[in-house]
This record gives sequence, C-alpha cells and structure tokens, in this order.
Amino acid sequence: MSEIPHDLRYTKDHEWVREQDDGDLAIGITDHAQTSLGDLVFVELPEVGASVDARDACAVVESVKAASDVYCPLSGTVVEINEALGDSPELVNSDPYGEGWLFRLRPDAPQELEELLSGEHYERLLAELET
Amino acid sequence: MPFIPHTESDTESMLRAIGAESIDQLFDEIPPALKCKGLEGVPGALSELEVGRLMRQRAAQDQTSSSFLGAGAYQHHIPAAVWEIATRGEYYSAYTPYQAEASQGTLQLLYEYQTMMASLTGLEVSNASLYDGASALAEAVLMAVRAHRKSRSRRVLVPRSLNPLYASVVETITASQGVELIEIPYDLRTGRTDLGALAAHAKNDITALVIPQPNVFGVLEDVDALATWAREHGALGIAVVNPIALGLLHPPGAWGREGVPIACGEGQPLGVPVSSGGPYFGFLTCREELVRQLPGRLVGRTVDIQGKPGFTLTLQAREQHIRRSRATSNICTNQGLMVTAATIYMSLLGPQGLKRVAAECHSKTQSLVTAATAIDGVEALFSSPRFHEAVLRVPGDVDHVLAGMRDRGILAGVPLGSWYPELGDALLVCATETKTEEDIAAYADALRGALPRAGSAP
Repeated sequence: MSEIPHDLRYTKDHEWVREQDDGDLAIGITDHAQTSLGDLVFVELPEVGASVDARDACAVVESVKAASDVYCPLSGTVVEINEALGDSPELVNSDPYGEGWLFRLRPDAPQELEELLSGEHYERLLAELET
Repeated sequence: MPFIPHTESDTESMLRAIGAESIDQLFDEIPPALKCKGLEGVPGALSELEVGRLMRQRAAQDQTSSSFLGAGAYQHHIPAAVWEIATRGEYYSAYTPYQAEASQGTLQLLYEYQTMMASLTGLEVSNASLYDGASALAEAVLMAVRAHRKSRSRRVLVPRSLNPLYASVVETITASQGVELIEIPYDLRTGRTDLGALAAHAKNDITALVIPQPNVFGVLEDVDALATWAREHGALGIAVVNPIALGLLHPPGAWGREGVPIACGEGQPLGVPVSSGGPYFGFLTCREELVRQLPGRLVGRTVDIQGKPGFTLTLQAREQHIRRSRATSNICTNQGLMVTAATIYMSLLGPQGLKRVAAECHSKTQSLVTAATAIDGVEALFSSPRFHEAVLRVPGDVDHVLAGMRDRGILAGVPLGSWYPELGDALLVCATETKTEEDIAAYADALRGALPRAGSAP
C-alpha cells in the first residue's frame, strides 16, 4: 500500500498539492504514481513565470518504460521549479512528497484547492483502482 | 499467386464465428459511394516471364545522358564497395532493429552513422535517419516549435532561397499543426537571403529561422550572420545543409557566435544513387539539450549485465509506441538501408576524401560556369560565392534550349521559371566530381548549338 499523507490534497491523476504558509502551492506526483512509473530518468518542468490552466499538461515525467504528462491541479502562475530534478530525477522515486516536488504554483483562485481530493478520498480511489 | 494466407474454408469459418454471411456483408456499413469499383486502367496480371520482358523493354528506353541536374539530388561517384557491402545479407534491411540481442551489427552501424552525422554537422546527437531531406526539415520545424518553450507564436521564418520543394513539404506537414511560415526574400543581386528583410521581424516573437546552406541557387548564405540573428532574437536556428558541402564548410554547430541547435538535410549525396522517387534519406541532428524533442529512432552504446559493451535503442519514451499521440512524431520513417550505404560511403572516404569530393565539385561547377558564360548572351546570376550549383540565364526560350541540349545527349539543367519567374529564362546547373573537363566542353558546345542564332527569332 502506498504512502498517502493526509495533510495534502490530491487529484485523480495522482498529483499532490501542498499549501505553503505563503499561500503558494507545491505540486508533485504521488507515491503510487512514482511506483507505477518505475525509475525516473527525466523530468520536464514548466517555465518559471508561465501561466497554466487547471488540467493543462504542464510537466512530463519519464521513466525507463513510460513517459507521462503531469496535469496542473489548479490554474495559476509557476513561481519556482525544482532545479535539483535536472540532475537527480530519482528524487521523485525516493521522496515523492518531499525532495521530489516538481514545481510551485501561485494559484489564481486559492479556494479551488478545496475542490481537490482529500487524503481519505484519494486513498479510497486507489483502493478502487487496486481491486 | 496472391499472398493471402487464409483458405476459403478459413474465411468461411471466421465469417460464421462473427455471424456474417459474406465478406461483402461484413463491409456493408461502408457507403457504396466510397467503395472502389474495380481498378480502371490497371491491366490484368502478367506472369513473371512477361513482367521481366516488359521491364527490360522499358529499361532500354533509358538514355545514358550526361546529367548536369541538381536541385536537391546529386550524382556522385559511389565506390563499388559501398553497395557490395550494403547488400550483404547481414546488412540488407530497411529497418532499425527492435531486438538488441539479435542485431548488434546493424545497431553498431547505426551508432557509427549517428556519430558521423553529429561530427559532420558539429552537433551532439543524431537520430537513425528520417524519410528524406524535405520531411526531415518539416520534423526539424516541429521539433523547434516543441522545444522553444519561451516562444508562443509558432512563427517560423523560411527564406525564399530554400529549395521550393522543401518549402512545399514543410507547408503540407506543419500547416495543420498551427505553424505559421513566413517567407523571407532573397537579394536579386547576391542570391542570398536579404538580411535587411529579417529586420522587419526583429520585434516579433519568432520561434525559428530556417537557414539553407548552400541555398537552392547553389549560393553560400551568410550563415554566421543568420545564425547570430536567430540567437539574438530568441529564435532557434535550423540548418538545412548539403552533407558533401560540409566536407569544406563550417558545420552548423559552429555558425555565428554559438552555432545553431538543429541541423537537417538530404543524405542522398552520401552513396545513394540518383533515382526518380528515391529511396533517399533524411538526416536530423541537434544539441543534446533538445534530444527529448528529437523524433525518430536513436541508437545508444551501453554495457550489458556482465559489463560488456553493446548497442541498443535508447530514449524510446519519445516515440509513438510509448507516447502514442504525444510522441515527437507519428511519421518518423527511417531509411535503414540507405543509411547503411551512407555509413560505408563516409567510412571509405573519410574526412579528407569528403573534403576532396567537395572541392572537386566546386571546381567543376566553376569550370562549367566559365565555359558557359564564354558564350555570347549566357550570363551567371548572383555575385555570391557558390558551392556546386549555379544559375545561368540563357538568351531565348529556356525550354527550347533544354530540348536542344537533350537532343545532344545532355540534361542541361533545371529551369527555374516556374519557381522564380523574376529570374526570367534561368537554368539551375550542377557539375559534380563525376564530370570531366571534356564533359564540360561538350556541354558548352551543345549549348552553343542549342541557342537561337544571333539575329534570328528563337
């Protein structure tokens, strides 16, 4: 069973969102997502300053066997990307909710965060997927 | 004998299994208007013997003309060893292999090819080839649009001095993908892309600039200025180069201050005979940071679990069997057999040999221009240096002159009137290392004979 921290929000496409103290959102892919993809070899991140819409394919995670789009959970502006992934994409595998974050977003409408899945909800979704 | 593996009873039992009475009934949802009603104009079947006889008759119609045609396909001497080796059973395949464990020889050859093309173009990565030069350019344009993440315009500047056949293929492939192609005129005096005309786009968001070297007139563009312009205006430079010319000229990776990041072109001059309809092959190379946007197959060197060196396909997550509609390309046909010939050709010649071929081509074309322009009324257009093609303007009707030359056993050039009406009765000519001074003298004699006599109507 994969790890699902309950203080985060989730999407059904297996992205997680963490609200920071300053209101910006850190975004990554879940433990389940990284396990399914296998060893990551490359991560393509959005441009800092890019404005993205919810559901936009804004990043790509590539493993030895697949490449998947990462969809933006909310609309907003990209304020920072995880530069460390350029040399060490495997951080997404080893620490998906920490060192393996992908980018930070300044949301256009922070209240939309409430519409994303809670940890419990995402856990139920995974349980359904696995049955 | 039709190569259909199913017997009548196979077909019947399959139809029974799905509950259809006949093949026609199986396909009856296709509207009758869309169905092919017999193949009019296609003659009946012939036996192998009859086909052989017919083909020999047709082949006998070929003339052994002396060809001075270029315009994208070039006649070069191909050492006999090239096709002797390329057609050996071990190499003879049009495809890049899937099974690394069964295909080390072919994979190594493709790896060597990629190394040679990367070195020839001065860039870091090459794919295992594409369909032809024109479609390679279309792929290069799409690659630039994907790779250039700061430019949103999808505007690509395309010099009018680019081979018009390439421009047309690029238009066909990229137009439906939202790419806007903007034509940049050439200078009528020099035959080069007009740098002044680029200035009009200095303030616009431009995704890429196509830079042909040499251009369709055989003229050498000011590639350093063009590459630097692209760099300074935030556009990706895309080189379209003749690989033989690169034996002498600076590689795209060294153009201007920092080079261009993408190069492509037609590989036919490297050991593939001129043939109407091909097959030819396209090459495409780039800087390493763009590798994930590079379409096509890519062979890499690695080690197996015992630490022994070996070759394998790599970075396949870009490709359509993994990324499907989001792949870098859904065409990316490659030309394995032509690439095999090219690799053998390049390894037989080596860098010095390639340089000598290039120098010889240039010198023969200069001789041709000198001999032709010694004739009254024949002039060479464009003042810029050229590689192995030149534009001649002839007095009188160019088609008439060409017909007269053809009667004398010479294919004298490609008329440019339909592509470039402003050039008048102009002829694009090419002399490669295959032409002797005697061939060139014969060309001049035939041209003299084919021209309208002074004072008489053409």
